[in-house]
Amino acid sequence: MENIKKLTSKRLFMPLFCLAVMLIAAVIASPDFFKIGIQNGVLYGRIIDVINRGSEVVILAVGMTLVVSASAGTDISVGAVMAVVAAVACAFTAGGQQSVNEYIRNPLLGALLAILVGILCGCFNGFLVAKLKIQPMVATLILFTAGRGIAQLLTNGQITYVRVDSYKMLGSSIPGVPVPTSIFVTVLMVVLTMLLLKKTAMGMYIEAVGINSKAARLVGLKSTMIIFLVYAFSGFCASIAGLINSSRIYSADANNIGLNLELDAILAVALGGNSLAGGKFSLLGSVIGAYTIQTLTTTLYAGSVSSDQIPVYKAIVVVIIVSLQSPELGKLMRRLKAKFSAGAGKGAVS
Amino acid sequence: MNKKMVSLLTVSAMAISMMPLSVFAEEDLITVGYAQVGAESDWRTANTESFKSTFTEENGYKLIFDDAQQKQENQIKAIRSFIQQEVDYIVVAPVVETGWETVLQEAADAGIPVILSDRMMDLADDSLYTCWVGGNFTLEGETCGDWLAAYLEEQGRGEEEINIVTIQGTIGASAQIGRTEGFAKKLAEHENWKMLDMQSGEFTQAKGQEVMESFLKSYDDIDVVICENDNEAFGAIDAIKAAGKTCGPDGDIIVVSFDAVKAAFDSMIAGDLNATFECNPLHGPRVAEIIQKLEAGEEVEKIQYVDEAFFDTTMDLEAIQAERAY
Repeated sequence: MENIKKLTSKRLFMPLFCLAVMLIAAVIASPDFFKIGIQNGVLYGRIIDVINRGSEVVILAVGMTLVVSASAGTDISVGAVMAVVAAVACAFTAGGQQSVNEYIRNPLLGALLAILVGILCGCFNGFLVAKLKIQPMVATLILFTAGRGIAQLLTNGQITYVRVDSYKMLGSSIPGVPVPTSIFVTVLMVVLTMLLLKKTAMGMYIEAVGINSKAARLVGLKSTMIIFLVYAFSGFCASIAGLINSSRIYSADANNIGLNLELDAILAVALGGNSLAGGKFSLLGSVIGAYTIQTLTTTLYAGSVSSDQIPVYKAIVVVIIVSLQSPELGKLMRRLKAKFSAGAGKGAVS
Repeated sequence: MNKKMVSLLTVSAMAISMMPLSVFAEEDLITVGYAQVGAESDWRTANTESFKSTFTEENGYKLIFDDAQQKQENQIKAIRSFIQQEVDYIVVAPVVETGWETVLQEAADAGIPVILSDRMMDLADDSLYTCWVGGNFTLEGETCGDWLAAYLEEQGRGEEEINIVTIQGTIGASAQIGRTEGFAKKLAEHENWKMLDMQSGEFTQAKGQEVMESFLKSYDDIDVVICENDNEAFGAIDAIKAAGKTCGPDGDIIVVSFDAVKAAFDSMIAGDLNATFECNPLHGPRVAEIIQKLEAGEEVEKIQYVDEAFFDTTMDLEAIQAERAY
């Protein structure tokens, strides 16, 4: 009993519990959910789809978690930044043409340039939020609106295709490697970020700034710098996610790449048990939250739910998960339990 | 950025750019104002081009073109400025369906006929516009069904049990509704056709791929995939290949899609896509025809569909692609 209590009081218990429930629901919807096979030399199965397709949201959620923690705000520009990054990568490698079958310019240089542009977008957000003290939602709204326009300009308003096999590798797989590339990238991003936060005191700094930026400044932390950095980092995450997404469709579709993914990333942070008011955070929680969302999506496909009803199911699940994690609901439950056991005790006496 | 400032600048830029037109407009030219949605896709660009190449001075027209950048308020402003400039006809491709009564009433009061292009308006009083010109999505769906029946017959599979899945467009979009309905009509005519599943791919390649991945795991023997736009088909084809199956005329799975964009021709030439059903953007000539009829004092039909074709791998696709403007 004591052990169970210890377990349930763990920070990650609730997010993990929700993911587990989702996975059980997934197995009920499609019994072969966990079946993994090999197809064309690559792992193949629904669970692989979840991990593979979830990559973008996981990576975005990593950046978003830090943004939320340090600035008590959200970066709603990440989806549009993904589109910008994809546009830079494709427009550069395709040399401005609409569709190419071989690289016109060096793809690695294109990827680097794209990542750089993504980071610059993040820096722009960071400058507005940290330096000019504009509310995060408003500051990032600028790129949210303008980003897709910039991407359209870069690609001349057309979908730019780079039909080269090596361009597709990031979003699919490298020949001879059975694991989809995006899974590697995601693991790398998560592990590196965690190391960065744990090995340097960065994680603690971010939390400190998020809890009270004034106090953090008074004890000698450069709050402004830290907030600026988390936005730049979020831009970096968005650029990696954008490259993966662009590689999946070997093109830059300015209107659709990363569309609404900022909302999924924010949701992932919330489902991970993190408070959107900033402060203490759990990166793993957000990662679990992101996979929970993807499991839900894949399960709904597998369960043949008709497409116009999918949003309803998603909403119901999100409401349930979020309220399960609400401390107020927990208090209410405890109060009810206390009342009940008090009542039962009285009954036994008389 | 200051929105008011931007719109002010746009309006004044518009006013300046239009001034010479109204000053020097020749008497015998028919002035047509076109309020276009924007330039968000190849289709839209081709649509604009079709108007610009039809309504030329050589043909006896003066075209005043306005790009609304996807905003209704810009379109309303454009229509008002058309009225002020006393154009002869107004053509609108409405961004949204509702909220047009006031401005259309103003046009009606000024005695200017309004022709709708591509999208419909939701009006209490249909007499506010003269007619509507656009594609018939339901017919596209039916054509797809007919094509499939003929194709299967040709393959000697006319009586076989055929398993079909559909990757739908964004739910609620008129293209999605029409294409789904049109194909459903034909589906009902064939007892051996079985619709296994329908999911939305939101008109994008990435979602099309994701949905197809799931379909392939749920059903072992899919014979036909219907994608409600070309981009979804590109994603579906990638998913089919990743699952170790083949598609196209020589493959296990028949893939068909709608729109007939340029890349769809590439895909058919590569032998991945079986057929695509056109959504014709070239509305200009049909609108010109209507205007000529109105000029002659004739009645015109309220709903007018543009002609739409389909393309499959039996055709000389390279030649067709070279000729097409989009």
